[in-house]
Amino acid sequence: MKNKIVSLEEAMEFIHDGQTIMVGGFMTCGTPEILMDGIVKKGARGLTGICNDGGVPGKGIGKLIQAKLLKKLIASHIGLNPQAGEQMNAGELEIVLVPQGSLAEKIRAGGAGLGGVLTPTGLGTEVEEGKQKIVLEGVEYLVELPLKADVALIRGSIVDKAGNVFYNGTTRNFNPMMATAAATVICAAEKIVEVGELGPNYVMTPGIFVDYIVGGEL
Amino acid sequence: MASAKEIIARRAARELTDGNVVNLGIGLPTLVSSYVPESVEIILQSENGILGMGELSAPCTEDRDVINAGYQNVNIKPGAAFFDSATSFGIIRGGHVDVTILGALQVDETGTLASHIVPGRMVSGMGGAMDLVVGSKKVIVTTTHTNKEVPKLLSRVTLPVTAKNRVNLIITELAVIEVTPEGFLLREIHPDTTVEEVRRLTGANLNVSEDLKTMEV
Repeated sequence: MKNKIVSLEEAMEFIHDGQTIMVGGFMTCGTPEILMDGIVKKGARGLTGICNDGGVPGKGIGKLIQAKLLKKLIASHIGLNPQAGEQMNAGELEIVLVPQGSLAEKIRAGGAGLGGVLTPTGLGTEVEEGKQKIVLEGVEYLVELPLKADVALIRGSIVDKAGNVFYNGTTRNFNPMMATAAATVICAAEKIVEVGELGPNYVMTPGIFVDYIVGGEL
Repeated sequence: MASAKEIIARRAARELTDGNVVNLGIGLPTLVSSYVPESVEIILQSENGILGMGELSAPCTEDRDVINAGYQNVNIKPGAAFFDSATSFGIIRGGHVDVTILGALQVDETGTLASHIVPGRMVSGMGGAMDLVVGSKKVIVTTTHTNKEVPKLLSRVTLPVTAKNRVNLIITELAVIEVTPEGFLLREIHPDTTVEEVRRLTGANLNVSEDLKTMEV
């Protein structure tokens, strides 16, 4: 089996200008902070971020926003990060707002081989603009297309060397779906254990989804 | 004298019954849980992945891995569960939340809600609000009756829509108003105001229940 554990510098070799990246976490809870630091240090530019929210200034994906590394952010909420709103108003950052449940399903669809999902959420709102609507058995739905990324950056509380991940508390949020929907998945681990130490009942993301593990997440 | 927020939160709490799965929005709706009587046990859902959420954590007892949707550390109750965001919104969209209580910028007589964006001013995003209003069995809006005497209860919302035709009940510091197929129906009124005053502060036709009650404040 290949060794999945890499240094932060090695992990950053997979990050390039112009990529689409998924970033786990909800209001920074469950966001891989060391990977955000790594991208800021590398200075990859023109990135499209997919994240539940805009983090907060200088924390979570807010680190990438503060360093002006994102050209576009697909998120459900940016209310706790005024810098995201300022950059949007200045024309520096394109914000695409997606209802949170639809965002979760779009990412899940991207990883699950689905052509999209049908949801009533967003009908009659600005969310439906430019999207197909379908009536099935008398009920109208909005078609939400799948989302995929070049790289997913996730955070695990306990990760074994095969990449099996356990998420503690509410750090789970978008991480499991994102782990399935990107070409390369990098997991920052709070704690790395030997294969077999994390019982299979506690595995929330199977190791096959995780390509690289970076230790040292606080 | 109770503040407007206390009046609204206390009245909203009376809408909840034992065993209800409840999602409370950020701000005023969060206060509602403080007024739920001990005989009524509710299960609080938090959109970031909790069923069985408890109170805010006391200082120095926080578990940094456990937050609510408002980025605050919270406790969990015995029997609670954590889950991912797809499951959380399956619970929400799938009709497994009995009651959602949330605030409003505007709400209209067709039950359409605007709560997430003021063009050109406030940019925050809808977060989970669109899914919550679409999917919950009962949607209660808690809001001050006006914004500095500018009505928030209207015949049609003018701000971007959060969800159409889904609000069931509106609770303000002046009144309890049901959204019916015929429009707004005044069910309860604050003892210190009058139907005429509530009408003056409401931007839509207001039908009055034959069984109009006085709000307990």
